[in-house]
Amino acid sequence: MIDWSGYLGLILQGALVTVELTVMGSALALVMAFAAGLGRLSRFAVIRMLATVYIEFFRGTSIFVQLFWAYFVLPFAGITLTPLQAGVLALGLNVGAYGAEVVRGAVRAIGREQHEACVALNLGRYHRMRHVILPQALPLMLPTFGNNAIELLKGTAVVSLISLTDMTFQAQVVRAQTGSTLIPFATILVLYFAMATAISAGVRWLERRAARGLDGVRV
Amino acid sequence: MEWDWAFVWEIMPTLLEGLKITILATILGAIVAAFVGLVLAIARRSPNRLISRPVGFIADFIRGTPLLVQLYFIFYVLPDIGIRLSPLVAGVIGLGIHYGTYTAEVYRAGIDNVPRGQWEAARATNLSMRQAWIHVVLPQAIPPMIPALANYFIAMFKETPLLSAITVLELMNQAKSVANSSYRYIEPITMVGVFFLVISLISVIALRFLEERFTRADER
Repeated sequence: MIDWSGYLGLILQGALVTVELTVMGSALALVMAFAAGLGRLSRFAVIRMLATVYIEFFRGTSIFVQLFWAYFVLPFAGITLTPLQAGVLALGLNVGAYGAEVVRGAVRAIGREQHEACVALNLGRYHRMRHVILPQALPLMLPTFGNNAIELLKGTAVVSLISLTDMTFQAQVVRAQTGSTLIPFATILVLYFAMATAISAGVRWLERRAARGLDGVRV
Repeated sequence: MEWDWAFVWEIMPTLLEGLKITILATILGAIVAAFVGLVLAIARRSPNRLISRPVGFIADFIRGTPLLVQLYFIFYVLPDIGIRLSPLVAGVIGLGIHYGTYTAEVYRAGIDNVPRGQWEAARATNLSMRQAWIHVVLPQAIPPMIPALANYFIAMFKETPLLSAITVLELMNQAKSVANSSYRYIEPITMVGVFFLVISLISVIALRFLEERFTRADER
């Protein structure tokens, strides 16, 4: 008889690492999304080009290749990262590139008349973005951001391949020790799905909050 | 460590060998995904709730869990119940089912875009349900969704390195084995990145072409 409670503890420890990675990766992705998304709308050609190169590069290769590159190649350039750092960096930069397109699309979706009204009211570029455009663009971004966060959560499974002890890694450990395959993998599938469901519920709540006070602004 | 071009040329045949498997897996996976997506989309529209509800839940479940874990599941769990698959077959099935849940949404949107009148006309001319699907609805629904489908197939191509985790000898795995035997990581892993970047940039250009062609056809 196998003592499952010990193994469940192992998987839950892994779940904690997965949550940690998802939260830190999402934070980095959010920063990168706004930096690159607004960068693509910049009036300086250099910034626009930098943002475009970043976005195309990270969307053009897969998270797996980026992670391996960060973990195995960067050390030769003198930058040694722990698996956790490499994981957060790769996940955040990768999902951030997808998020940047969302930011750009949402900002572009706000009508010209809003920009013109800001000019008429003599608002500067910063105030225009901060107080007029972004508050309206944010509710448009949130649903896709939610999907991106779920993609990031799913991406975290890949870090198990660079020996980070996340949920998938621990399931492999349990498989190796018990010889049972169905139970560990079914357990983590359910846990991943529960996390994804929690993210989409959280995003729906944020959507309601962000849309508050915007009634009647858009159709 | 320095970048060494001679080493790059030396490993190139091995990497191209892997690239072949990567492309093969992508094409087979795309075929499975196109088929699975269509079946899921039609099943989800079924008037029978005993079919549409469970299918909807399963699709959401697959979309909410990592592909890597699903690949492990197919590769390690199925042999316990007597289904033994080769790594490549397991990988193609995993990719196909995972991306099938995404393409199902594309099909659903495409099918919803076919005007109601077309269904009614099909019924009025006494076509059976099957005939209405095959001869009236799908021929109108599929062309506008080709760019969106192609988009997911490009995404799938970028996920194929995951197959290396279940021992498929594709591009990533060849690069890793070269790296492990020569202790040189820079060239193989970077070349994998370059291959993926080049192929996906080319496919993005092809996608633009598809978009142009099929949106124009739509507006005609």
